Amino acid sequence: MQKFNTLKSIPAYLPIVNIDTDMIIPKQFLKTIKRTGLGKNLFFEMRYDDEGKEVKSFLLNQNPFNQSKILIAGKNFGCGSSREHAPWALLDFGITCVISSSFADIFYSNCFKNGILPIIIDEDKIKEISEYANRKEEISIDLSEEKIIYGNNAIKFKIDPFKKKCLLEGLDDIALSLKKSDKIENFEKSLKKTKPWIFND
Amino acid sequence: MPTTLFDKIWNDHLVDQQDDGTALIFVDRHLIHEVTSPQAFEGLRNLKRKVRHPELTLAVADHNVPTTDRSKGISDKESKIQVDTLESNCKEFGVQLFGMNDKRQGIVHIIGPEQGFTQPGTVIVCGDSHTATHGAFGSLAFGIGTSEVEHVLATQTLVQKKAKNFRINVNGKLPVGVTSKDVILQIIGKIGTAGGTGCVIEYAGDLMRSLSVEQRMTICNMTIEGGARAGLIAPDEKILNYLKDKPMSPKGENWEKAAEYWKTLKTDEGAVFDKEINLNANEILPMITWGTSPQDVITIDGKVPNPENEKDEDKKNSIERALNYMGLKPDMAAKDIKIDKVFIGSCTNGRIEDLREAAKILKDKKISSNVQAMVVPGSGLVKEQAEQEGLDKIFIQSGFEWREPGCSMCLAMNADKLKPKERCASTSNRNFEGRQGRGGRTHLVSPGMAAAAAISGNLDDVRKYQN
Repeated sequence: MQKFNTLKSIPAYLPIVNIDTDMIIPKQFLKTIKRTGLGKNLFFEMRYDDEGKEVKSFLLNQNPFNQSKILIAGKNFGCGSSREHAPWALLDFGITCVISSSFADIFYSNCFKNGILPIIIDEDKIKEISEYANRKEEISIDLSEEKIIYGNNAIKFKIDPFKKKCLLEGLDDIALSLKKSDKIENFEKSLKKTKPWIFND
Repeated sequence: MPTTLFDKIWNDHLVDQQDDGTALIFVDRHLIHEVTSPQAFEGLRNLKRKVRHPELTLAVADHNVPTTDRSKGISDKESKIQVDTLESNCKEFGVQLFGMNDKRQGIVHIIGPEQGFTQPGTVIVCGDSHTATHGAFGSLAFGIGTSEVEHVLATQTLVQKKAKNFRINVNGKLPVGVTSKDVILQIIGKIGTAGGTGCVIEYAGDLMRSLSVEQRMTICNMTIEGGARAGLIAPDEKILNYLKDKPMSPKGENWEKAAEYWKTLKTDEGAVFDKEINLNANEILPMITWGTSPQDVITIDGKVPNPENEKDEDKKNSIERALNYMGLKPDMAAKDIKIDKVFIGSCTNGRIEDLREAAKILKDKKISSNVQAMVVPGSGLVKEQAEQEGLDKIFIQSGFEWREPGCSMCLAMNADKLKPKERCASTSNRNFEGRQGRGGRTHLVSPGMAAAAAISGNLDDVRKYQN
């Protein structure tokens, strides 16, 4: 997994609440058997018209927001389906940090598996940093310091220490868990005794 | 210390816990389907990893399969690749698959319970957010992403942090014509789509105990629409009777042991919940959604909201956006909303009792000539059962199409979809923009309400047609 440490970009601001994963990447693009190539279809229905042409008024079709690495959005971002295609599409577009006042659980967890940092801050702070999007000015993210830096200001954000470590070091979850194989084996042995029906023994 | 049902299942599955609270939990049952598994299998293959417990894994193709004649296979090239990929992955890694022509094939959350693969007290996961359905059996069941699917395949465990406990008590009796679909829509309307974020919801109260197993599944199914990953209900005699003699249920001595354990699965008196709300079942009415979020609910006697009455700027904007997308006027009556299509099916309402409920309304009636309607049974076994009961004939005679099982127009990945601006009364679970097809407009309702809408040609009160 790609490591995440610091990031600097002009953020894109989508002031819509409850952006669901169907909106982020609609179902017709879930037929892929790959993780890559979804960026061009990110926010497909808002981004393209019925003829497949770019909708000029949509933010991510405009310069410099088509280069944004940071997305700021309304609350409950990523609700709905568990499709990991949503973070894959964001990543493929170039977005590696999403800032909102709240995220849906599955989307939030999916981000960390793909080197994307989801940041939760209060609504009033969202309004404050979204001004930088409006003015097309850069903001910076420092994960190890847990800070968003904008102009001469900085906001601290909170993140689970284990998730932070995995992002900073680009750790592979599965390899980490496989190191605990002995514990899994012991668990299975005792499970076979206490609940033999689980393995249908 | 008294503990909740969720606490008990969680503690019983802890393989390891780090000091920061990050836990490794054991997964007893893993369901997979064609859409969210190919990249997971590819990940295993790339690193020469195996499936740790293929015998605890069950696969089925449901999202992409056609619901029309299947003898010619799948015509959509990409859908076919995905379904074929599932088949070859299952073969390579030794996972049992219900293929498209197997009569046990169906929607992943319908076949799990049907086969007895779903069991109380287990941790069940699937790369699909409606996995919460299985919580109706008193299991901890939740949706995961593809990376987590790969993690479960490789290790039979998941890295998780414990969620909070949220209890929703519903007491009383439902009025005639009101179903568990109306109950869950009412709950989502009350708590909002983010109301359960970070929580596991336990549904309790005497209404839950009075509901059938299938009705409970409808409630747990839509838990994710209230933001919670998992929703569960303590198992009781009804659950035991349902599971007895199912193909994958424990047998003989194992059944006795399992049943004894399952009976212990309940929240202790005095257990503490982080959040708790109460609802009175007697006051719940038939519901519809008017907007583009499952929290946008009104009763069938109600009116579409007017953004002018909303003071909060964000809420006002989102009402305006939803009304615009849905092509509705502020303050219009729910019953004045004309529809073009009706969809009965999905993991929310595609089981035999749902079909019976709709058929009861449709018997000896014709659907409106302006409406195109279809029934997509949740599985091959549901379809077979319905045909034995003659329900297919009632649907067909009323003007419905009778289809093959799958997810179908709930998410419109196959050929079943709405055209732009088409309006549908749907028994599915999501009314998001574009969910049932680009520009399509979805109103979520119960199966009886869907049948009533089909007859009237507009959203209508099911109680009008109670036979």
